[in-house]
Amino acid sequence: MIRIEPRENPSRAFAVGIPILSAVISLAFAAIPLLAAGANPITAYGEMIKGVFGSVFAVSEMLTRATPLIFTGLAAALAFRAKLWNIGAEGQLYLGAMAAVAIGSGVLDISGFLLLPLIIVVGAAAGAAGMMAPTYLKVRFGADEVVTTLLLNFIILIFLQMMLEGPLQDPMGLGWPQSAPVLDQGMLPPLMDRMRVHSGLILALVLAAIAQFMLARSVWGFKLRAVGENAAAARHAGINVRRSLFGVAAISGALAGLAGVSEVAGLKGYLTADLSPGFGYTGIIVAMLAGLSAAGVVIAALFIASVFVGADSMSRAMGVSSFLADLVVSMSLLCVLVGGFLTKYRILRT
Amino acid sequence: MMDLLNILMTESFWAASLRIATPLIFGVLGALICERAGVLNLGIEGIFVVGAMCGWMAVWLGAGLWGGVLVAALAGAFFGLLHAILTVPLGLSQHVSGLGITLFATSVSYYTYRTTLPDVSSPPRIEPFRALDISILSDLPFFGPVVFQQTALTWLALLMVVLVWYVMDRTALGVAIKAVGDNPDSVDAQGLSVYGLRMGAIVAGSALMALGGAFLTMSAFDAFFFGMVNGRGWVCIALVIFASWRPGKALLGALLFGAFDALQVRLQTEMGALVPGQVFLMAPYILSIIALVIAARSADYPRALLTPWFKGQR
Repeated sequence: MIRIEPRENPSRAFAVGIPILSAVISLAFAAIPLLAAGANPITAYGEMIKGVFGSVFAVSEMLTRATPLIFTGLAAALAFRAKLWNIGAEGQLYLGAMAAVAIGSGVLDISGFLLLPLIIVVGAAAGAAGMMAPTYLKVRFGADEVVTTLLLNFIILIFLQMMLEGPLQDPMGLGWPQSAPVLDQGMLPPLMDRMRVHSGLILALVLAAIAQFMLARSVWGFKLRAVGENAAAARHAGINVRRSLFGVAAISGALAGLAGVSEVAGLKGYLTADLSPGFGYTGIIVAMLAGLSAAGVVIAALFIASVFVGADSMSRAMGVSSFLADLVVSMSLLCVLVGGFLTKYRILRT
Repeated sequence: MMDLLNILMTESFWAASLRIATPLIFGVLGALICERAGVLNLGIEGIFVVGAMCGWMAVWLGAGLWGGVLVAALAGAFFGLLHAILTVPLGLSQHVSGLGITLFATSVSYYTYRTTLPDVSSPPRIEPFRALDISILSDLPFFGPVVFQQTALTWLALLMVVLVWYVMDRTALGVAIKAVGDNPDSVDAQGLSVYGLRMGAIVAGSALMALGGAFLTMSAFDAFFFGMVNGRGWVCIALVIFASWRPGKALLGALLFGAFDALQVRLQTEMGALVPGQVFLMAPYILSIIALVIAARSADYPRALLTPWFKGQR
């Protein structure tokens, strides 16, 4: 028989090693679908590496892809710490993006450097607002926030289409469902000439650093963990659980909203309904690979962005479907889950 | 107001309601079985996709319609087994594991579809299930066209409601499954296998979920599209709470949802000039949230839902 027993001292090496091992294993598993598609895995891996690190342009593309994932990864990591299952980052991202184009594309003609900070603040607020209803329904009625945030994603996406065919539609856009462009002074400046990587990345890194500090060092970070681990005990210890939940919900939603702001005001310049290829959902994987640590989110986002950019480039070169990237990334989540189990428990033969 | 009454009086409206409800009936029943055994299965959305893709592809490759149904169920059972291993013996977070299964199952389906059919502009079609025309019954006024012009998969869904109700409420197996979701220690004390019951329930429930997906490609439509599941799985997770984990109420919930969805399509054509069509498209999702909120407080949750159980640990 097999018996499962908790480890007395979960090792530090596991906490770092498991996510790395998971990443490697999931990449190795990718050989199976590659072979099934009739591609040589070695050549394919080579193309992927070339596609991510082969040139300055490639690295810039990878960093551009990682930027929204840092935001959505942080959004998931902070909420999950408090066991608030915000699966709605995809919707909150679009709320932030809608807010950005609503005030950034000429309705408010603010010149100079006031417009950009305003876009950032309003976009974050819109994302945060998107998290208020599910949190209220959870606290007041006990409605599972997983289901409400998931369903809200669909509602917000339909609302987005309505806006893009209505009030937010570009009058000069020949009837396409897209918004007017954000004014130049509202754009996040690029970081390098003729490259797409933009200062949204700096904003993401700064926020990750702040989050890392707050989680590790502040009373707030401690309260968050207490609420997540045992809400009843936290309440007993005098923590206002409700306020903590609303607080982390707002921050989580705001971070997801900023992902939308950064994509619109840093990369695309205008809003369409296909702005995000599932950045909100991928953020959950980023957060889990990161072990819900803010610093880890940055590393995990870089890894996942590399998989996506590498697979895109490999796909163009070899004609293998780029859905391979989604496959690798979802496998890495399952691997890290199993790894997390091995960190906490050991399996004994009896 | 008269328009609304007119819509509610038509046979086609009720036939559409039952058709829209069919995949949800499979999905809600599947989720119900998993949750009754104490395990939330958020893999449902991805398992719908797998069922839709595998069922369709099996038929396209020449397996026959019922062969496709079988393949879909087996594929669903496979991903259910994966979720079962992660959440039952390993006791991992049911939320995260389920989402992982959804992402994994979806990407496996999409990758397989794209790899098998690399350059098709329009998705290839199959000959889907036809309406079962039972000549005498189908000629009954009103009731005939509504009930007796559905496809075999709708009939299978209704049969499953009865079957799940019977197993859950009338057999020792059902009692054991419910007990393992309420108080696994007591089940263990009786010498029954908690792991076996829970894993079996998840695998069976997941196979049912996959049939919901198969209905989409083999009965509602005749081809596979990316994004065609479109949140139906998540709706089922809300409906199962609304149904208080009872098969009869699950049928009712799915039918109400189907009726509402059919109604919004018709209202959209009638009132399209007054209100943007998207308002109606949002309505079913909003309805699901409302149903969840109404039921959440009074819901009689399986007491061990979301709680992992390890042998030899109290």
